[in-house]
Amino acid sequence: MAENEVPRRDFLKGGALAATALGAGALPRAAEAQPAVPAVAAAPTTEPLLTLTADEAAFFSAVYDTIIPADNLSPSGTDCGCVAYIDRQLAGAWGNGAKLYRNGPFLPAKPEHGYQLPLSPREYFAAGIKAANAWAVKTYGKTFDRLLPADRAKTLAAMETDQAQFDGLEAKPFFEALLQSAMEGFFADPMYGGNRNKVSWRMLGYPGLPATWGSKAEALRGKKVSIEPQSIADFS
Amino acid sequence: MAPRKLRAVDAVMVGMGWTGSIMARELTKAGLSVVGLERGAYRSPHEDFALPGIRDELKYRLRFQLMLDNATETISMRHTPDEDALPMRRWGAFPLGDGVGGAGTHWNGVTWRNLPSEFVLRSHLENRYGKGAIPADLTVQDWGVTYDDLEPYYERFEKLCGTSGKAGNLRGAMQEGGNPFEGPRQNEYPNKPLVMSQAGLIFTQAAKKLGWHPFPTPSSNNSAAYTNIEGQTLGACQYCGHCEYFGCESNSKASPNICIMPVLMADNRFELRTHAYVKSLVYDKRAKKVRGVVYINRETGEELEQPADMVVLCAYPFNNVSLLLSAGIGQPYDPRTGRGVIGKNFCLQVMSSVQLFVDDEINPFIGTGVNPAALDDFQGDNFDHTGLGFFGGGYLYPSISGGRPIQVRAVPPGTPRWGSKWKEETTRWYNHTFPISAHGASYAWRTNYLDLDPNYKDAVGRPLVRMTYNYSPNDRKMSQYLTDRAVELARAANAKVLGTPQPRTGNFDNINGQSSHHTGGVIMGTDPRTSALNRYLQSWDVSNLFVMGGAAFPQNPGYNPTGTIAALAYWSANAITTQYLKNPGALMHA
Repeated sequence: MAENEVPRRDFLKGGALAATALGAGALPRAAEAQPAVPAVAAAPTTEPLLTLTADEAAFFSAVYDTIIPADNLSPSGTDCGCVAYIDRQLAGAWGNGAKLYRNGPFLPAKPEHGYQLPLSPREYFAAGIKAANAWAVKTYGKTFDRLLPADRAKTLAAMETDQAQFDGLEAKPFFEALLQSAMEGFFADPMYGGNRNKVSWRMLGYPGLPATWGSKAEALRGKKVSIEPQSIADFS
Repeated sequence: MAPRKLRAVDAVMVGMGWTGSIMARELTKAGLSVVGLERGAYRSPHEDFALPGIRDELKYRLRFQLMLDNATETISMRHTPDEDALPMRRWGAFPLGDGVGGAGTHWNGVTWRNLPSEFVLRSHLENRYGKGAIPADLTVQDWGVTYDDLEPYYERFEKLCGTSGKAGNLRGAMQEGGNPFEGPRQNEYPNKPLVMSQAGLIFTQAAKKLGWHPFPTPSSNNSAAYTNIEGQTLGACQYCGHCEYFGCESNSKASPNICIMPVLMADNRFELRTHAYVKSLVYDKRAKKVRGVVYINRETGEELEQPADMVVLCAYPFNNVSLLLSAGIGQPYDPRTGRGVIGKNFCLQVMSSVQLFVDDEINPFIGTGVNPAALDDFQGDNFDHTGLGFFGGGYLYPSISGGRPIQVRAVPPGTPRWGSKWKEETTRWYNHTFPISAHGASYAWRTNYLDLDPNYKDAVGRPLVRMTYNYSPNDRKMSQYLTDRAVELARAANAKVLGTPQPRTGNFDNINGQSSHHTGGVIMGTDPRTSALNRYLQSWDVSNLFVMGGAAFPQNPGYNPTGTIAALAYWSANAITTQYLKNPGALMHA
């Protein structure tokens, strides 16, 4: 391939995921140069998508690998399961607008009013991905997932600082939604598909559950707590 | 089609949180037949709050599992009376509770008593600073009750909850280690204080260095197993760090569900109906009496009328205001003239904080909703406000109630929000940081009020409540002052790095978490021209209608409101059972 070409993860095409394929020719070059990556549990070799299209999955994967790059603290966002996380979330009740007040009218809003669009999260992310990819094509000549790592980071930074002008949808709130979904996927209980092998909890030293400290609360005060984190599945 | 009319009962409660369950219990004890109508579901702690599923930050904190469904009901918000309000399409600044237990299931358990001076606020400020010192738009009022009136009822609630704490003032005698500013207590707290956390120790040592007066925060997370005044047993706190937004799996955090509901459910004078959404009051305008309520059975869609001799509104302030406005009871408040009472003096809480980064192992995941240290040196009028340009204050505290990692992972200022550097700093500081916060008062301001939204409706076609609210000039100056004190404390604690202090300078927003301590809208007082309720929480206009909760606060002191909400419910119940029932009618005459 050409020097400046970064292929998107081919596994995202056709629905077949090789999710743990670190360094399998699919990673951005910068990530390949990283030191040893903490192990994650082997994920299924094929992982079907519930709602995301291949293009959408490729977009999320590239975003999450930029927000959470593989390094000596954790594997990449995708390898931690963040794409699986957002796929399940968008396919489920929350993604389809549960607990969201969707009545009109849709009046001009101040930022302080928070989210005011008629779209469900599923529809909002679909629209945002289209707008972000259109901006990337206009700016760099290719969709976000095919950008070099440095250009992906530049694109996200332009969205974060409100420098990127998208058509029809504001870039900064969309960036905030992407960042929030990355953090949820990375730090939520692994039963939601992300945080595979409790990798972020190990990174932080968060012990997880069941967290019944009781009489140990005083003895452990001010001391380092080094225990194997436990998730909901570990107690189910 | 007219609603199907049910058999009349003596009293109907609208809402079954703390006040609904307290009132229902007191009235059934007095021999009344009581129906409790609750919009949401029943919540059984051993099923709904069980391990391991209750320890799910995504479900309970981020997706608001225990909270009111915005798709069916929400409120709208605007900053000034001349703007259009927009709906809160999902919770941001605060959530509202739902289901049996209401906010009493998902609270943190912080259980304060107000300072005596707060109950006579306007008189107190006028006496100390002169009438001319109070801005015309600062519409603070006296409550009509005093601390001494409420003291026995505060104690009763603490004995219902098994509140953990340390007295600072026992019958006028100052107690070492307690809050030296509190009003006199007749008795010590039912439980000893919770175990102090590392953040609490750092806070306490730094405060003492400055000559301030830290003490254990009163907490209804029980430090030891406790049998309450209703014979119900509560467990000991496990310091799990999952209080606010969550139900308590160890039954150590007091809630209506474990403290009262089992007794009510066993009492054949009481009937609970869940999924019962009260849409209107049956108001006999000529007789000036309410005859009952109309509700929708949300499981069948059927509309039902529940006749009752007495109606007690025990819902959240928004719903209490909504029911009164739609029934045409009481004069709606007009922010232009200052006349009218329904919707008046809506207040929230003015929160701010500064983040500390330290060497100590903080272990944020070992903790309770009530991080057990606080200080009251800058609360209320405990400090001289001469020349400060504001009134009111708040308590300072290390505000860390868990280490739940989706949300609790602060990094020093200047750190990127993503990428390898973010990850490195997050890992470096996760166990070495906590905020010191100011829990500030929200003193009533002329333009902050509630009414009905002309544009937006809930799922059954009722108008949403419209909240017109912004931080007042008083709030902003107070917030700056309190935040400066928090920074002073953080410096005394020798923090390695300090976060950017966050006083309230901009507009109120619906995005960042603030506080679900809404008060006012149906305020109590001694004059029907300036209050909706008399000192017994009885409507001035309709003598068989009582309104409970934060709605009755003329303004919100710098404390979490639950202790005072519950004390007022017991106080009102006492007036009903000892005076009103003998001779139903107005308990006070204007």
